[in-house]
Amino acid sequence: MIERITELREAAEAQIAAAADAQELEELRVRHLGRRAPLPQLLRGVADLAPAERAAVGAAANQARQALQAQLQAREAQLQAQQLGTLLETDSVDVTLPGAPPQPVGRLHLLTAMRRELEDIFVGLGFTVLEGPEVETVHYNFDALNHSPTHPARAASDTFYVERAPNTDGARTREARSAAASQRAALPTSGEYPSDVVLRTHTSPMQVRAMEAHPPPLYVVIPGRTYRPDNDATHTPQFQQIEGLAVDEDITLGDLKGTLLAFARAVFGDAREVRLRPHFFPFTEPSVEVDVSCFQCGGSGHLRDGSRCPLCKGEGWLEILGAGEVDPNVYGYVPTTEANAPGYDPERVQGFAWGMGVERIAMLKHGVPDLRLFYDNDLRFLEQFG
Amino acid sequence: MRVPIDWLREYCDPSLGVSEVRERLTMSGTKVEAVHHHGVDAVERFVVGRVLEVAQHEKADRLKVCKVDLGGPGDVQPATIVCGAPNVAAGQSVAVARPGAVMPDGTQLQSAKLRGVVSEGMILSASELGLGEDGAGILVLDDLTLDAEFAPGAPLADLLPIATEVLELEITPNRPDCLGVYGVARELHAATGAPLSGAPWEQDPGSPGAVAGAQVTVDCPELCRRFTARVFGDVSIGPSPPWLAARLIAAGQRPINNVVDITNYVMLLTAQPMHAFDLDRVSGGRLVVRRARDGEQVRTLDGNTRTLDSQMVLIEDADGPTSIAGLMGGERSEVAPDTRRVLLEAATWDGPNIHRSSARLGLRSEASGRFEKGLQPEQCTHAQAVAAGLMLELCGARLLEGTIDEAWSPRPAQTLRLREARVRAILGVPVARSRQREILRALDFQCTDAEDGLDATVPALRRDDVTREIDLIEEVARIHGLEHIPATLPARRGAAGRLSREQRLRRAAEDALVGRGLYEIAGWSFCGPELLDRLRLPADDELRAVVRVANPLSEAQSLMRPTLLGSLLDAARHNVFHNGPRIALFESGTVFRQGDSPDGLADERHQLGAVLAGAIAPPSWRADGAEADFFAAKALLEALLGRLGVGFETQRSTRPFLHPGRSASVRGAHGADFGFVGELHPLVAQAWELPRAAAFSVDLGAVIEAAPDTVTFRPYPSVPSLRQDIAVILPDAVAAQQAIAAVRAAAGDVLESVTVFDVYEGEQVGEGRRSLALALSFRAAHETLSDEDIAPVRERIVAALEDLGGELRA
Repeated sequence: MIERITELREAAEAQIAAAADAQELEELRVRHLGRRAPLPQLLRGVADLAPAERAAVGAAANQARQALQAQLQAREAQLQAQQLGTLLETDSVDVTLPGAPPQPVGRLHLLTAMRRELEDIFVGLGFTVLEGPEVETVHYNFDALNHSPTHPARAASDTFYVERAPNTDGARTREARSAAASQRAALPTSGEYPSDVVLRTHTSPMQVRAMEAHPPPLYVVIPGRTYRPDNDATHTPQFQQIEGLAVDEDITLGDLKGTLLAFARAVFGDAREVRLRPHFFPFTEPSVEVDVSCFQCGGSGHLRDGSRCPLCKGEGWLEILGAGEVDPNVYGYVPTTEANAPGYDPERVQGFAWGMGVERIAMLKHGVPDLRLFYDNDLRFLEQFG
Repeated sequence: MRVPIDWLREYCDPSLGVSEVRERLTMSGTKVEAVHHHGVDAVERFVVGRVLEVAQHEKADRLKVCKVDLGGPGDVQPATIVCGAPNVAAGQSVAVARPGAVMPDGTQLQSAKLRGVVSEGMILSASELGLGEDGAGILVLDDLTLDAEFAPGAPLADLLPIATEVLELEITPNRPDCLGVYGVARELHAATGAPLSGAPWEQDPGSPGAVAGAQVTVDCPELCRRFTARVFGDVSIGPSPPWLAARLIAAGQRPINNVVDITNYVMLLTAQPMHAFDLDRVSGGRLVVRRARDGEQVRTLDGNTRTLDSQMVLIEDADGPTSIAGLMGGERSEVAPDTRRVLLEAATWDGPNIHRSSARLGLRSEASGRFEKGLQPEQCTHAQAVAAGLMLELCGARLLEGTIDEAWSPRPAQTLRLREARVRAILGVPVARSRQREILRALDFQCTDAEDGLDATVPALRRDDVTREIDLIEEVARIHGLEHIPATLPARRGAAGRLSREQRLRRAAEDALVGRGLYEIAGWSFCGPELLDRLRLPADDELRAVVRVANPLSEAQSLMRPTLLGSLLDAARHNVFHNGPRIALFESGTVFRQGDSPDGLADERHQLGAVLAGAIAPPSWRADGAEADFFAAKALLEALLGRLGVGFETQRSTRPFLHPGRSASVRGAHGADFGFVGELHPLVAQAWELPRAAAFSVDLGAVIEAAPDTVTFRPYPSVPSLRQDIAVILPDAVAAQQAIAAVRAAAGDVLESVTVFDVYEGEQVGEGRRSLALALSFRAAHETLSDEDIAPVRERIVAALEDLGGELRA
């Protein structure tokens, strides 16, 4: 009896393994495991066997039936997989065609991207970002920044003046203006300039505005557009700066150096150094220009092949900004009010300020050869950055 | 400013190479912008020669063949040199360039055959060596008053300044004292510690007191702070010696004659400009310094007639104006070859006044550039002393007794306390008091010890620049060396860096557009009046209340832009022309309108605007080809405002630059005016040579004000919603938003959302009408809704739509 079971099982196994499709498999299932198939019939007859034989035959038949069922399932899965494989084989695309529908990349303008990068660096260093008016008074743009009344930068050849709107010539205004005018009565050339309102020539007017609005300690950066009447390969009449101002009881020239070193490394790489060079600005004292070691030649002034570094022109240093300790006279222009009490007494507070050109830094970092490219807004430029 | 380094070394020679000198000057505040080589190169090829014989060239009338002893061992034959100069003669000591020599213009000399005779070099003239203008021909060394023997073969460079490095310096405006070689030498002395020679004006052959035969009156002492003059007789005008001419040329000036050259030389050395008058041509022997009259005309040396105003100063004699003070001399009293009596003027003019006059008259010179920085009256004395010595030496002149000295009274020197603690507090590093004293003394300050530091007396030449303790600290810092200052970070008490809410949301808004494939532009803040016309703005349009630049670079940049549309359309046109028809650009920036604040500030707003043209999607192998229109722009605006969480409504409304039927105003929940969205008016599009284009612009300030501060979680029910569609035919006059509002009002809270998912216009619905298909979504808080639950609500909705003239579609 056991032999008969083995025979049936082996025959069925061979047929299942050879089955070519689902239909044949179903036929085999009926043939070997269906109601009339020999194996189930055999199982049904187990009860008629002698008790001694009953257990062994029953177990063998059951085992054979389960094995065949498992094999049928496995073979079915195998056949399905083969079928899907064949199907997928025929369903193929040219993977080298471009994606569709196309997704335009979209980009920020390089100047925005650069400005944000700089803002984020200084936010990380503890500075808050402020903004201020682009049409500014002569008071904040020059007077409060310790420019002498006849400072050449005030000339109409160096500063855009803005016509006073007719509606600001009211009586109240005239009073305010004549008060201001009498303060300036000593100026030998008042009346020489077209107006008392300008397009700000730098972001520095926000220094005094910020100090008027907030008490010390003060850590701010001020990005924004600035304007000067120059138009050539190295100047556009509109450009962007980021002003920095830190005032507390003990902010030193060393702190300026450290802050700008952190900035330079963040923008130009960890291996950079900065150096301060003495310079002159009316609203800082001591004043410095800040150079960063050239990132193209590593500060050596020459490339690996021994040729002169084209970026720093062999100097090893790139001039990036002007800075200094805030001139004590500037604090003198900050009235003490409820908003900024206890105010800015130059014997009690000190700090540093800088102004950097966003275009200049973007040009250096990204190798942009001409300032005017920033304002051409050609897509071939816009697509490259940001 | 150009400073020949050999001249500088005459007063301070730190025994350092040019690059070290450059480094030290730059790092102490006198930036060396460049180092130029001036004069000849391959300097060893220039030697002294002795002309032994001169013979006529057989084949050329004007050439001579010379045998020239160029030194060397006794068995060396004299060189054969062909020379064209008429004045060459046997016995002369001459300057010879041998083959390989590099001339000042960079050409290298070779042996050359001249009409069959090989010339082994060249006998040189003064101009060929960069030593002045040519006289009769070659330079004859024996004619020079040089204190030397002329041994054949001796290096020429030992006798004459034929080559020097020239430093090009950037002098900051606070340091007019460094606009002369001696001032720079003092800086080099302080920066290197190398000894400084005595000032060149220490020896003064002159004397004080009145001068016979010359008088000066200063009528405007507020603009002329000192006027000095000396008179020289028996002056013989001629060329300057090579050493002086060479220095002038190296410093960038052209030699003219000995007297004029002396005035220029003195200026280059002391920073104080001078002017030489032919006293015999000064009518009446008397000069008057006065303000010009408004409109007064003066004919200047360059032959031009200049119109002055009462802020300008002129110098006149009995016959009228002779020169414009500080700017330009007059033709009439100019020094000429026959001049015998010279009046040398050294005056101190008001710096800002000279700056103004120079700018207004378009007259700039080395002298005016120095005056406008503000020179000190003491420098007049310096210049007179140096000039007098040179006049006696080089012009055979006789100095008349006395010095005219008008309009000046000496000012006492200021003494400032420099606290040691303050130096440390500002620099962040201590500097020893002894070092501070050393630095200040090197810079000509007098120092005495004080309890908490030093008392420093400011030298006259620095009195405008150094007036406070902080100025002394700068002097100490820059000479001590900023490289000694450590890089530290501030203590940052109370510093918590962050962006403001507005800055964060502005970034989010920009990023939303970038994420949708737009490219940001940076436009000009300027625009021209023609922009307002091209945008078809009527005379009373609010955008015409523009901010005007009083001194624009051009008409096209004479206004501050009242809208971003100009720069966006300019960029669109540029890119359509250069890069194809598909445009998706935005700008985020300030627009300006006249303000009404008494201080004259403008009304500045930050706007975000976009312009679209051409296909909405970039070209593709399976593109759908839809063109940018009103709805494309509105979809972008929806995404932008959706990103900020700001709801808005559009209302049919137009502006002159928009298509009247395809434009809308954009308003916030409480009616706040955000801006506009729409297609461009075809005439505006045409003005920028664009096809159909759509745009929007919103005031980011107003939008951000409407944005939620913090978004709080809104729970969503777990029960499913019930969706029903409804199609209704409505008259065209009923806006979609009206229908939606009616549906909302009728349905109440159970209606979760309603959106338009199809619009149909055509024959089936008839003229003047259209079909809107609305997707309705209902939801109750805790139960699953069935169609039956909603049936009464739906009835109300249908009724409300019918009230609008609607008719349900089957």
